[in-house]
Amino acid sequence: MAGTCPAMTLKQRSSPVTELTHLTIAEARDGLKAKSFSASELAKAHIAAIEKARALNAYVLETPEKALAMAKASDDRIAKGEGGALEGIPLGIKDLFCTDGTTTTAGSKILGNFHPPYESTVTRNLWNDGAVMLGKLNLDEFAMGSSNETSAFGPVVSPWRREGSNVGAGTSGAIEGNHLVPGGSSGGSAAAVAAHLCLGATATDTGGSIRQPAAFTGTVGIKPTYGRVSRWGTVAFASSLDQAGPIARTVRDAAIMLRSMAGPDAKDTTCADLPVPDFEAAISRGVKGLKIGIPKEYRVDGMSPEIEQLWHQGAEWLRAAGAEVVEVSLPHTKYALPAYYIVAPAEASSNLARYDGVRYGLRENGKDIVDLYEKTRAAGFGREVKRRIMIGTYVLSAGYYDAYYVRAQKLRTLIKRDFEEVYAQGVHAILTPATPSAAFGIGEKGSGDPVEMYLNDIFTVTVNMAGLPGIAVPAGLDSQGLPLGLQLIGRAFDEETLFATAQAIEDAAGRIKLPQAWWA
Amino acid sequence: MSVDEKTVRRIAHLARIAVTDAEVPHLQGELNAILSFVEQLNEVDVEGVEPMTSVTPMIMKKREDGVTDGGYADKIVQNAPATEDNFFLVPKVIE
Repeated sequence: MAGTCPAMTLKQRSSPVTELTHLTIAEARDGLKAKSFSASELAKAHIAAIEKARALNAYVLETPEKALAMAKASDDRIAKGEGGALEGIPLGIKDLFCTDGTTTTAGSKILGNFHPPYESTVTRNLWNDGAVMLGKLNLDEFAMGSSNETSAFGPVVSPWRREGSNVGAGTSGAIEGNHLVPGGSSGGSAAAVAAHLCLGATATDTGGSIRQPAAFTGTVGIKPTYGRVSRWGTVAFASSLDQAGPIARTVRDAAIMLRSMAGPDAKDTTCADLPVPDFEAAISRGVKGLKIGIPKEYRVDGMSPEIEQLWHQGAEWLRAAGAEVVEVSLPHTKYALPAYYIVAPAEASSNLARYDGVRYGLRENGKDIVDLYEKTRAAGFGREVKRRIMIGTYVLSAGYYDAYYVRAQKLRTLIKRDFEEVYAQGVHAILTPATPSAAFGIGEKGSGDPVEMYLNDIFTVTVNMAGLPGIAVPAGLDSQGLPLGLQLIGRAFDEETLFATAQAIEDAAGRIKLPQAWWA
Repeated sequence: MSVDEKTVRRIAHLARIAVTDAEVPHLQGELNAILSFVEQLNEVDVEGVEPMTSVTPMIMKKREDGVTDGGYADKIVQNAPATEDNFFLVPKVIE
């Protein structure tokens, strides 16, 4: 990319705007260092792409002025030969991370016009490394959902379309046809990365909210080990399950981003005091000598034959790359999802008690304090959030606490023990499908029975319940041209092995071809 | 385990979320769908199993018991709907 006249090289390309937004983080990093283009040009290209893509509703807030100011500061640093690991790299931020002076909604009405007077540790780490903020990304309300359909700001349109579908850009700017969901809760993050509206995005994962949307959109998403990344300043859903992580277009990019996001934090007592490894260096380790486990309990009834076939293919790829593949057993697998739907709502009912109309956000007037609370929360929370708060309240209430919450926490111990026993047998990582199906259409699931939507998380919740790291990597397309992902589950604090194994899958599967912009 | 309408109203009150009469039956149905889904946990023998209290085994971090932050009350109240003299204002709490 280095040339004697970098500006001229750029103009020779047919559509420079498209080119810059199609880089990977690694390529952009190299290009900036070689002065082939500037951080300001990179930011401008993304701002233009975002403007054209408003119909996808991936961003709830665009911050172009901030982006340009940050890009200029990056250009100044680069000119001086300084610069951090993500200098000048434009990112989207899931609107669950508190950003100083910039509205943070958690996808809900109840936060009103809340402007946090503080920065989350994760985003502070990114800005310290020179990254540029393009805006805040849409999500399911309070991270509760698997399709980005529960957001108070409307659903996100996936940039993917089924072959032969009727989905297209309408004349009024809205999308016509029965568009697909990008997954959730980090639907905005996954859609924005897949649609080239940022080079990478931050996301969070409580039951699969990074890995499932990554799988639905042909992107890479990793949920690190519980305690690898600080939760300070990240709006809490379920404090023993939440973890922040990146969504990006390649395994290398995800590794680059995670290195900046992660690290000890005195303000989060659940954040481990462990140094952050060089995740990028790990991706080229290869898988020779690794033992990969295939858990038989993940073969579920009604599983799509295409997904089962892809799972076998993944195992073959790893074998061909030099890994030993063995069948393993995780006996309590099927109980992870019901246990999760006790633990997560219970913790959410506690975490969301703070939204009471008193100190920030929406306030509905009431005749007394209780009336104020009840009216504010009824008006401010959406249906899925209310449902989960109420289930959580019930399972924690007197007379039911032991039968539900304590029992579910005991199941967690058993689920974690299953993994520990498999790892003790010398297994380094476990290969599973990421999702039970490809992306579905908006409104197709969950309208009758909430549990139907919950089943989307069946392969991912086990990982949060055990506190382990998990990565979703694109592995192929289904018969309708939609991406399918594979999941790898690792040992605690061994994200390096996950990155190395995911890279082996990416090498074998090839980089997935993301959709061209049909929405403008 | 299933909930009746009276229980739904009681839970809503505990959660401080107002529910209208019209909403109760639908909520009851949804909550019961979830509760029947989690029933299967009763199949498992959890005798002698400790509930998970710490996800990643660690010793809780401690620090010196001293003031290390604060002194910016105006920032803390700046997002509040109603404040006075850096207090949060609310309707009457005690009769």
